[in-house]
Amino acid sequence: MIKVSQVCKAFGPVQALQNFDMHVLPGSVYGLVGPNGAGKTTALKVISGAMRADAGTVSVCGGEVYENVAVKGRIASIPSDLYFSEIATVEGMKNLYGVVFPDFSSLRFEELRPYFNLETNRQVRSLSKGMQKQAFFWLALSRRPDVLLLDEPVDGLDPAARHTIWGLVMDDVANRGMTVVSSSHNLRELTDVCDHVGIMDAGQMRLERSLSELQENFVKVQVAFEDDKFEAPAELDVVNRVQEGRLFTLVVRASAEKAQAILAQSNPMFVNVLPLSLEEIFIYELGGDRNEE
Amino acid sequence: MISINPQDSRPLYEQIEDNFMKLIAAGIMREDDKLPSVRSLASQLAINPNTIQRAYRELEAKGFIYSMPGKGSFVSGSVDAADSRKQELLGQFDEVSQQLIDLGCTAEELSNRLKEGKSDD
Repeated sequence: MIKVSQVCKAFGPVQALQNFDMHVLPGSVYGLVGPNGAGKTTALKVISGAMRADAGTVSVCGGEVYENVAVKGRIASIPSDLYFSEIATVEGMKNLYGVVFPDFSSLRFEELRPYFNLETNRQVRSLSKGMQKQAFFWLALSRRPDVLLLDEPVDGLDPAARHTIWGLVMDDVANRGMTVVSSSHNLRELTDVCDHVGIMDAGQMRLERSLSELQENFVKVQVAFEDDKFEAPAELDVVNRVQEGRLFTLVVRASAEKAQAILAQSNPMFVNVLPLSLEEIFIYELGGDRNEE
Repeated sequence: MISINPQDSRPLYEQIEDNFMKLIAAGIMREDDKLPSVRSLASQLAINPNTIQRAYRELEAKGFIYSMPGKGSFVSGSVDAADSRKQELLGQFDEVSQQLIDLGCTAEELSNRLKEGKSDD
């Protein structure tokens, strides 16, 4: 659905994207994560066609995005900094969207009204930041887009609103096969909604995996040995290792079964496998790379 | 019908599977009862539909539910489903009792504990 290939984008001396690759399957909910300054916002802007890459290709729904009206008409994007005119009301924006976006559905807009506690005749600028975000979601979902691009989407939304909005997004994913790319620092939340994850750093994609593959092949193992010594077998990819007394806590790039099988060879007196949160995977995956540089 | 515990470290699909297995084993959901659609559950819980689908696939593989294309998923009536749940729990029982024995519990202690449990009913 979305294929970004070797994209470079610089802003003066700052190389925001450097040989950046990204692949999103149709109907996927893809979490784009990375440290501050990694280039997530730039990546989303290049995918939406709001910015032009210096090099490389960006293809969405089978066509190159930049200046491609037909393709861009199928993409809805909600940036982290919302832009709207000074005098705009939600009602006014709805009318504008109806004109600008051929697939905007007034029917869908009305269907969604009960989910949003917003007065459509108030000026958008007078709404709180969270309510402005909700308004933008309301309008974007009424377009029934094929692709939804979200930059820090749930910042500033109260927990109930977050749940409502993700619920609506999941509904469109299940019902219409909508593709979603969401950048976020809320990894806990992304774990619930995403099926794929892309971890980027310093303008480059480090790792792209399905979430289940990532979680199943990255585990934490607590292990202890009688003689208090431990040499990690070569075939075990140990990303981190901490020793407290007799207990070793290892972060391993392997499935729970494989890790246990390999460790069993060293006759441990205690083995306990724990899953890793996405936050931990993020930290170890990126920390590991940094250490290699 | 289904609740997710964010503090639970188990994968979401496992939690959902477990939830349904408990409802079915307890008779709260009965033969031919319809499970919520993947779409409605994904929307209600605000989680990825693939996760729901995976849970439903596992439940079907274990014999707890059957699906009818275009119609949805339903609770199966087979005794096998309850059996497979029993086997799963017995497996866990074996693991736990082994750990207790490793810690010095005797088989007799465990057996007495079970007997005492019964007399509390």
